[in-house]
Amino acid sequence: MVYQNFASIVNYEQLANDIFKIRVKCPQIARKAQAGQFVHILCGEKTLRRPISIACVDGDDILLVYAVRGEGTQWLSEQKAGQKLDIIGPLGNGFPVFDKRVLLVGGGIGVPPVLQCAMNMNSDVVLGFRNAEQVILEDEFSAKCGKLIVCTEDCSHGTHGLVTPSMETLLRERQYGAVLSCGPAPMLKAVAELAARYDTPCFVSLEERMGCGVGACLVCAAKVRRKDSEEYLRVCKDGPVFDAREVVWEC
Amino acid sequence: MLNVNICGINFKNPVITASGTYGFGKDYADFFPLEKLGGIACKGTTLHPRPGNAPPRIAETPSGMLNSVGLQNPGVDRFIEHELPWLLEQNTVIIANAAGAAVEDYVENVSKMSSSGVHMIELNISCPNVKEGGVAFGTSCGSVGSIVGAAKKVSANVPLIVKLSPNVSNISEIARSAEAAGADALSLINTITGMKIDAETRRPILRNNVGGLSGPAILPVAVRMVWEVRRAVKLPIIGMGGVTTWRDAAELILAGADAIQIGTACFTDPYAPLKIIEGLENWVKSQGCTNIRELSGAVESY
Ligand SMILES: Cc1cc2nc3c(=O)[nH]c(=O)nc-3n(C[C@H](O)[C@H](O)[C@H](O)COP(=O)(O)OP(=O)(O)OC[C@H]3O[C@@H](n4cnc5c(N)ncnc54)[C@H](O)[C@@H]3O)c2cc1C
Ligand SMILES: Cc1cc2nc3c(=O)[nH]c(=O)nc-3n(C[C@H](O)[C@H](O)[C@H](O)COP(=O)(O)O)c2cc1C
Ligand code: FES
Repeated sequence: MVYQNFASIVNYEQLANDIFKIRVKCPQIARKAQAGQFVHILCGEKTLRRPISIACVDGDDILLVYAVRGEGTQWLSEQKAGQKLDIIGPLGNGFPVFDKRVLLVGGGIGVPPVLQCAMNMNSDVVLGFRNAEQVILEDEFSAKCGKLIVCTEDCSHGTHGLVTPSMETLLRERQYGAVLSCGPAPMLKAVAELAARYDTPCFVSLEERMGCGVGACLVCAAKVRRKDSEEYLRVCKDGPVFDAREVVWEC
Repeated sequence: MLNVNICGINFKNPVITASGTYGFGKDYADFFPLEKLGGIACKGTTLHPRPGNAPPRIAETPSGMLNSVGLQNPGVDRFIEHELPWLLEQNTVIIANAAGAAVEDYVENVSKMSSSGVHMIELNISCPNVKEGGVAFGTSCGSVGSIVGAAKKVSANVPLIVKLSPNVSNISEIARSAEAAGADALSLINTITGMKIDAETRRPILRNNVGGLSGPAILPVAVRMVWEVRRAVKLPIIGMGGVTTWRDAAELILAGADAIQIGTACFTDPYAPLKIIEGLENWVKSQGCTNIRELSGAVESY
């Protein structure tokens, strides 16, 4: 079931220079939301809604973490607590749930979408950021995860470099139920290849520009291989989470 | 008050969701029962399945959007087998939308549709004609006449709506050709070809470079074209292009439309059709009319 809620903004927090966390009250959506699903937010006068992942569910509220990228997210960052947002959700297929410990891998603004996985499952986590100023949600993950490795590309915080070497260190130590990942496409591709080498199932959350957000318009195409034939599936409805073995990487 | 009859088909209201924006209905059924709609125009289907274009397939533009889906669809057989039975239970008018790349494809497609139980068939003639160097069928009077004539021969007793492309220099002439070739009704407008380029990367946003413009930005073009076509032909007209509020719908109706379709507005607000239906009802009352038909073409032009 998908709902349209007029959700009031409970509070706002600036996590980094251009990254904000908002808590919005939307009981219907919160009750149904699963890790990896997203909401579609109307931003002022914009024709198209903006898709933002549900980072975390807390009672009647959901937490959204977003980076200001263009006009829509700029508008969002200018709204005040108490104001209402027109949001549709929960949308899409989230991450599958595993009993066995999972390895979470998030990169940049792909870090928030795996937070709810840390709440629901036993997990270790590798987070990657460009530099120390961009590091977000470290405390939230460390409260829930067994092992936590934070990597920065410029060595300004935590481990130096990309997420994959740290991920490999952890994969060598134990057999995980799955790798669950969100981040830029080149990172996801590398994560998927590494998981495959360690014979570990891998699920990735993909991004594509959206229209309807509910599966009707077919603009949010991701190429997927099933039974030897390639086809375009809908990121909004068939995804955003896909089995990494099926994804045909276009990067 | 809002019921209209087009080619013998009864619509409980003149608000229809537009082809390609509402899929096969199911995806939107969580928001409200589809029977509240006057009708549903289904995603354009071709004779054989089509994979569609590479992404990105959408770009936002001032008061609108461009799309380059490229007619991704499961093919007419799958449409009839898997999507249609459920749609026909929804107690609303179901309009199949036919697309193709050659006259023979359209003919076979339409003949399958005409025996499938759909209430009406909308012929999308904005598709490129592969045999004629990719020029859209809908852009010359000759090719409109031949495609409509051929489709009409196999559409049996299912009313054939011809959906006009706005990418032409004289829409009235095209409309007359469709009428002469036997069209039962016209719908307009399809999207207007456009392009958006990222200034920094110098790259088009759409992987297909160009796409079709829809949304509020195209409403005035749609109103003008419906107004012109109303004066050119006697056929019923289904108007569309940028309808977002009941006022937009009222403009198209005053310009000459008998019913309207809503596309992009559902992306912004899935409840837009219901709000428009309610708004139109109040409008008809406030105009002192008993049925919306009285307002079709009722613009007092200078
Ligand atoms: C399933 C999904 C989940 C997402 N979750 C998050 C999240 O949790 N936090 C976050 O910061 N961002 C997330 N994004 C990306 C976010 O949707 C875009 O950054 C946002 O739409 C940009 O809008 P804008 O108006 O600020 O930018 P503009 O560039 O002005 O947007 C123009 C158009 O392009 C679209 N667009 C631009 N960039 C993207 C993109 N990367 N992905 C999809 N559409 C885009 C916009 O929606 C809009 O239609 C997610 C994207 C998807 C598909
Ligand atoms: C994503 C998208 C896909 C579309 N696909 C089709 C299609 O398959 N067949 C068709 O006849 N029109 C198609 N259209 C055109 C619409 O039916 C409609 O004519 C156009 O969008 C103008 O109406 P609007 O401004 O209300 O969206 C599509 C439009 C959009 C936005
Ligand atoms: S955004 Fe419309 S199908 Fe995914």
